[in-house]
Amino acid sequence: MLDLLVSTLIQGLIYALVSFGVYITYSILDFPDLSVDGSFPLGAAVTAVLLTRGCNPYLTLLAAILVGALAGLCTGVIHVKLHVRDLLSGIITMTALFSINLQIAGSNLTVGRSVDTIFTAGPTMALFGGLSLTNRKLVVALIIAVAVKLLLDAFFATKAGLLLRAVGDNAFLVTSLAKDKGNVKLAGLVISNALVALGGALVCHETRSFSATMGTGQVVFGLATVIIGVALFRRFSFVKGTTAVVVGSILYKLCIAVALDLGLPPNMMKLITAVLFLLVLVASGRKGEEIIHA
Amino acid sequence: MLEVQEVSKTYNPGTVTEQCLFDKFSLSVEDGQFISIVGSNGSGKTSLLNIICGSIPVQSGDVLVGGESISRKKDFQRYITMGRVYQNPALGTCPNLTMLENLSLADNKGKSFGFSRGVNKKRINYYRGELEGLGLGLEDKLNVKMGSLSGGQRQAVALLMATMTPLNFLILDEHTAALDPKTAEVIMQLTNKIIREKRLTAMMVTHNLRYAVEYGDRLLMMDRGQVVLDRVGAEKQSTSIDDLLTLFNKISIECGN
Repeated sequence: MLDLLVSTLIQGLIYALVSFGVYITYSILDFPDLSVDGSFPLGAAVTAVLLTRGCNPYLTLLAAILVGALAGLCTGVIHVKLHVRDLLSGIITMTALFSINLQIAGSNLTVGRSVDTIFTAGPTMALFGGLSLTNRKLVVALIIAVAVKLLLDAFFATKAGLLLRAVGDNAFLVTSLAKDKGNVKLAGLVISNALVALGGALVCHETRSFSATMGTGQVVFGLATVIIGVALFRRFSFVKGTTAVVVGSILYKLCIAVALDLGLPPNMMKLITAVLFLLVLVASGRKGEEIIHA
Repeated sequence: MLEVQEVSKTYNPGTVTEQCLFDKFSLSVEDGQFISIVGSNGSGKTSLLNIICGSIPVQSGDVLVGGESISRKKDFQRYITMGRVYQNPALGTCPNLTMLENLSLADNKGKSFGFSRGVNKKRINYYRGELEGLGLGLEDKLNVKMGSLSGGQRQAVALLMATMTPLNFLILDEHTAALDPKTAEVIMQLTNKIIREKRLTAMMVTHNLRYAVEYGDRLLMMDRGQVVLDRVGAEKQSTSIDDLLTLFNKISIECGN
């Protein structure tokens, strides 16, 4: 039981990176970004290839962030510069990335046991070598999730962060402030997809594998966690959005873990995901969008 | 000085719904002038503002500020020295940001939005003072989200935000039209006060003939893309609401309304 809880917590913390990304696009930018389904496995693909080639495991995270940012830039340029609708821009990037991911890492790639990941590499062992592998994963995942959360909170409090929040809230105002709203949106998409790809990289480190289909459903996961988190803490305005989505992510993974533990066949996962998402939307009493903007 | 030179604007060109609004339309606005513009729906008042602000493209013609063409500048670039208050109070502020955050954004207009703190605590007293000047009791609501304020309060803050940094032009697009009569009056008086205190050049589109007569030092009436009445100074002061109404009705009858 405790094992299940710990592994769920690890999952929730690692996947929180996806939630952060979706939180930025969906909740802050008001941009339904589907490129997440492509940038998540992109981060994992790059990480898997680099790890198998003997790259420093910590550097793979940086590489994932960069390629994710590039994916976000693609979606942003398609939307802002080529004037394609937001939803379609994401779909185009997502579709293109599927092939790109196959080119990078094939349909499946396993990272051998002999290869060090961020959970087993020297510096991590020096710090947390006394812990079991599972506990080490928990600590590392916690550190990364909290660090990213704090970084985002700090960013949202800066002038640039304020402008990012303004563009999703009222793009007219950003224009009135003599700023190009398109560039602000672009920046948001870049940050969001960089975080999502980092999430993909962490999953690759954790599972030591990449699969071309691992991106399917990540948008829905992200949306569900954002909506769960925000709905849960709606009455507690002192709880930051970033905290809310981490809790949303953990709760979501807990629901899935419980469902699987109760004997649900893994093939039914996506169906459960969809039903869970619907339940959350209905239970919070309003349509998803309104919850976010309430 | 702002000059609109021989601007032509056709909506939906090349289609069956093609409609020519402006045919070589020209207008010049002196610095420090406060113009009220009236006219029926579709007469081109808001289109004129949109052309000046760069919100809509034109087929030909030029817009000059201080003798320099701004036609090639995008809308957001023009706003560096322009402020605009919209009819819809929701457009002037960010509903999910607090009033303090909104004011901080406006305060930083024209500067870079980098990684320094978004809200400058040293400016809070200044904001309080400005809000007190509005006389709406908003100075105690700095940490309230804009979205929870009333339309009139939001419009007052929008007005404050639009005029916080130095401006060449203030554009007012029926900015009292969505407010109740009493609030509209308050906002109109505030507008006048701010324009006079900061010596702004302002263009105000309004459907309220009384405001058009009472406020401003030049009055324009527009009809089908043309200026049909243009009164400045003493001539404007002697214009009454009845004069405007008579002309308005005459135009409407000609239009077959």
